[in-house]
Amino acid sequence: MIKLISRLLSLTIALLLLGCSEQASYSKGVYMLVDTSGTYTRELAQAQRIINFTLAKLNPGDTFVVARVDTGSFSEKDIVQKQTFEDRPSMANQQKRLFREGINKFIDEVRPSAYTDITGGMLQAVEYMNEAKSGIKTILIFSDLKEEIQTGYNRDIPLNLEGYRVIAINVTKLRSDNIDPVEYLDRLEDWRNKVESGGGEWQVINDLERLEPIFSS
Amino acid sequence: MSSDIFMIVPSPFFSGLIWLLAIVVSLYLARTPAHYSIRALSRVLHNAMRLSAHAIKHTEKRLQDRNKEVLLAQGREASERIIEREFDRIEASVRRDLSEYPAIHRILSDEISHIDEDYKNSIEVPPNPPGWVKAVEAVAKIPSKGDPVVADILEDIHGSLVKANEKTLDEYRISNQSRHNYLKNMMPHWRKVLSLLNQVEKHVSNLFARSISIDRHMNEYEGILKRTDRSQQMLSSSSMTQFFISGIVLAIAVGGAVINFHLIARPLSEMVGGTSHIAGFQINTVAALVIILLEIAMGLFFMETMRITRLFPIIGALNDKVRIRMAAVFITILTFLACIEASLAFMRELLMEEDAATRAILRGDNASIVAQSSYLWITTAAQMGMGFILPFALMFVAIPLESFIHSMRTVLGVITVGVLQTIEWALRLSGDIVRFMGNALIQFYDFIIFAPLWVETMIKHKQDKLGPLSPESTSHNDL
Repeated sequence: MIKLISRLLSLTIALLLLGCSEQASYSKGVYMLVDTSGTYTRELAQAQRIINFTLAKLNPGDTFVVARVDTGSFSEKDIVQKQTFEDRPSMANQQKRLFREGINKFIDEVRPSAYTDITGGMLQAVEYMNEAKSGIKTILIFSDLKEEIQTGYNRDIPLNLEGYRVIAINVTKLRSDNIDPVEYLDRLEDWRNKVESGGGEWQVINDLERLEPIFSS
Repeated sequence: MSSDIFMIVPSPFFSGLIWLLAIVVSLYLARTPAHYSIRALSRVLHNAMRLSAHAIKHTEKRLQDRNKEVLLAQGREASERIIEREFDRIEASVRRDLSEYPAIHRILSDEISHIDEDYKNSIEVPPNPPGWVKAVEAVAKIPSKGDPVVADILEDIHGSLVKANEKTLDEYRISNQSRHNYLKNMMPHWRKVLSLLNQVEKHVSNLFARSISIDRHMNEYEGILKRTDRSQQMLSSSSMTQFFISGIVLAIAVGGAVINFHLIARPLSEMVGGTSHIAGFQINTVAALVIILLEIAMGLFFMETMRITRLFPIIGALNDKVRIRMAAVFITILTFLACIEASLAFMRELLMEEDAATRAILRGDNASIVAQSSYLWITTAAQMGMGFILPFALMFVAIPLESFIHSMRTVLGVITVGVLQTIEWALRLSGDIVRFMGNALIQFYDFIIFAPLWVETMIKHKQDKLGPLSPESTSHNDL
């Protein structure tokens, strides 16, 4: 009997050890790019809500990064908050609270940038997420998708987005879009082509109620 | 392009006609070997299927015999257990009642002595006639002859006699009253005797009822030993009933295990982490499952050591001292696991509250953090109670599990026999179909070449009319 119990315990320990190696493939990684250019800074309250919503939906072991999109976004300096949540749910909850406080502070202090380097931000996101080795990788772009690159910056680079899901959120219409909606549609189509040619999956969500299903998968 | 190869002449109609003619002639020439081949093939298939059906029937027969053996063996074992238990009960009852018997006997003897004594005391003793009655009688016979002295004496004697009579009557009444009192005192003793006799009768009736039950079980047992069809039918029906009832109880137990699982899976993520996976399952869920399975195993072993179930004969065969020690160990481990579960259930409530608070903060809903319900302790207590009780409830899974496993052998045997019978029937049917298909194919073959056959029949008919054939031609036709 004792032998049987000891065998069961050994099997359990062996299974536990075996399981440790599978951690990364089931975790989610979310990299959120927040546009801070010009008039879009007025939308930051909405970004705050989305960040809180995302925090509520993420589980222990998941990774969440919020980075600003400004003149030159291919830089670690533009990362506002980053966190891979602890295994223990109670610790993860504490980390979420701290994350939220950091974001609140950022929203209060942010200043509008002159240019919008979304491509640079995406390059940075891909680089970070590849290092994090998350199982399900998502890039959220909180922007009007109007990219404005400063002279001298080369952003004509193909993106490798294999295994990534890129979701544009709250893509607001600009004044010029209202005059000529084709401009808005072309902008969305350009980004779709850019993402899909890089092997990624493109999605646009303007109604935030539809955001929930993307975290359930 | 490919269809051109069939064009023998430019006209498709004539090409088709030529092909048809060629095919019909070829088929006519190959008629005998073709018939032979079709017949042989259909016969081979028919025989193969018939043989397979026969083999399956043989297997089915063996399986039925084996099912019968299993059923009777199980029935015999169960009957033996029941009879053994009945005898144990009778033994206990007899031992208990007989141990009381000397006391009852003593009480009865005492009571009877009391009654006897009272009876003796209550016997009526006739009053002694006074001694001077004869003297009075002699005096009374003296002739008075009008003598007043004699008359006075007689008057005095009469008065004395009346007084004596009254006195005697009073004494007699007092004596009767005393006897009645003795009789009255006998009543409680009678009642006690009656009560004791009723008690004895009850014990005897119990024994009698048990003996009837044993008789019934013995009859069943004898039927099983004699391998009667009635016993087999009874056991089979009982086995099916056991299978379904134990299946339902096991399903209920699975429900309990699922609830138990949800109680402990969440807090276990605090201990073992919630991010690692084993074969696609989160490590905390696997750990919860392992704990529940351990509880069931401990419960199972406990039931075995208590000889309530007999899944592991080696445990039942251990000597009583070791067995009881093992039972103590198993129940201690189970209690320990139940305590762990209760703690985990408590922890679960705390974690849920913390989660709710974090979600409220993230929603910016600070009001709900402050407003905590005063009845939350009820859910905490209920969860803890369930966490403690469910492992013990799962312990009793061993009983339906044993019934399920035992009855499953019979049920699986019956199902397998049914499947084999169906296969056998299908093979026999297919064999017959193949044989008839072979005959039908031969008929169809002849239908295609009906024209040359008709010509052949006509020629034969003419030859028959012309006279008997030469020996050479006869031998040729025979071939």
